[in-house]
Amino acid sequence: MAAQVPLVDYLALGGEPHLVASECTQCGARYFDRRNACANCSATEFKKVDVPTQGTVRAFTIVSFAAPGIPVPFVSAIVDCDGTSVRANLVNIDPDPEHVRTGLKVRLTTFPIGTDEAGTEAIGFGFEPAA
Amino acid sequence: MAEDVWILGINMTKFGKHPDKDTIDLAAQAALAALADAGVTMKEMGVLAAGNLMGGAGGIGQNLQKQIGQTGIPVYNVANACATGATALRTAVMSVKAGESDFGLAVGVEKLAGAGLLAGGSRKSDDKTWTPAGRYGAVAAIDGRIGTETMPGVFAQIGVEYGHRYGGTSFEMFARISEKNHAHSTLNPLAAYTKRMTLEEIMGDVMIAYPNTRPMCSANCDGAAAAVVVSDSRLRTLSLEQQRRAVKISASVLTTDPWEEACQVLPNVNTLTRNAAKQAYESAGVGPEDLDLVELHDCFATAELVHYDNLMLCEQGGAADFFNSGATWRDGKMPVNVSGGLESKGHPIAATGIANIWEICQHLRNEAGERQIQGAKVGLAHVIGLGSACGIHILEKAAA
Repeated sequence: MAAQVPLVDYLALGGEPHLVASECTQCGARYFDRRNACANCSATEFKKVDVPTQGTVRAFTIVSFAAPGIPVPFVSAIVDCDGTSVRANLVNIDPDPEHVRTGLKVRLTTFPIGTDEAGTEAIGFGFEPAA
Repeated sequence: MAEDVWILGINMTKFGKHPDKDTIDLAAQAALAALADAGVTMKEMGVLAAGNLMGGAGGIGQNLQKQIGQTGIPVYNVANACATGATALRTAVMSVKAGESDFGLAVGVEKLAGAGLLAGGSRKSDDKTWTPAGRYGAVAAIDGRIGTETMPGVFAQIGVEYGHRYGGTSFEMFARISEKNHAHSTLNPLAAYTKRMTLEEIMGDVMIAYPNTRPMCSANCDGAAAAVVVSDSRLRTLSLEQQRRAVKISASVLTTDPWEEACQVLPNVNTLTRNAAKQAYESAGVGPEDLDLVELHDCFATAELVHYDNLMLCEQGGAADFFNSGATWRDGKMPVNVSGGLESKGHPIAATGIANIWEICQHLRNEAGERQIQGAKVGLAHVIGLGSACGIHILEKAAA
């Protein structure tokens, strides 16, 4: 099996893929990016926490016009994973307003996005309908 | 308390395509016209604040001085995304309030005609080997792979989220907001687009990011706007005509977005606007019910809806009902974007935060011609720069 690398470092592959947030040990604010300090309380200690892989669509758009090289249409969404908001594409769903709606229950899924010259496969993530 | 500051003169250029003019030409045109409107010259100006976001080269203020008057005064070149114009004005206001200047000049200018997507408009190709980079340790471009970075998409989500929280929204309702603004612009000769569009035309146009079709997005165009401000004490020494036409800046507020859950996943344009509005109403001693007209930042139809709520023009959660009541049409009880707004008047980014104030001043001075809101005494101008910055100015007609 080819070596794999996650699209972003907050995607944990392995057993059951999931997202990992940095949580401020003082106030509990969660982040996905590399931090200098907490934007809420300015503390500098963080711990890694697993983000639930199930969530609810709180906002979405169906992007029909994007930069060259980005396949359209695609669905961009904000998914509420039990209190932690995640930005992701919705996948395995028809990209039209008859199928995509807020309140939809979704779950994390991963998929290959390409293989580099060294033969390493990059793995992306999205959310798909849970039912 | 620092003394009051007034707008003595103000101007905006025609918004649209100006292929024969460069950025400095447009800035100079607006600045000279604002000075003429004020009845003063560059010699009186104690401070210049200027903004130009997409021009690339720095020093817009100094470059402008070299065309209209190198008087040696301090220049502040400001940049605050779509709030750049409001930030320039507020910089001049602060200088006057601080007692450093009697007069100040603020200018915003942009050349954007023909520009496409302004963010997420390009995507670099994937590297030959996956190498984590940046704050997310991404091995490849994430726009389009982890949601969208385009402005139409971001603001679409903001409007859809409002609908999820409070209900009452639909593609058609958002399109009707755009229908209103395109109808309003037919009375504004300086608007980039002055053609009325039917609901069917708007909904049937090119989809950019559902539910925003092309005419529901702000129009990229060229334009500039400039304002001359003066201290209250200096105004009292000027002619009665200048005093009569002066417009009082009852509030000048700038806020940024405080941290909230989700704000780094989807920008929260709500809280900083609400915070700015509260401060502005408090500072001006007026409430939303006292406003005769509002120019708010309808960078997308989906954005206009949420700002009805954020500016407290309606009850919390009631923006859809408020719009459906007809309140925000020019003959409604709270006219919003009678200029045509960013969707139809156009959005030359750094000019917008002064151009919306020009619109309010036209009405308060009873000089708005065909689109005059009769008897207008108090108006509010609002801009949002994503990232985020919110500028709100409340303006009042001179008492005399």
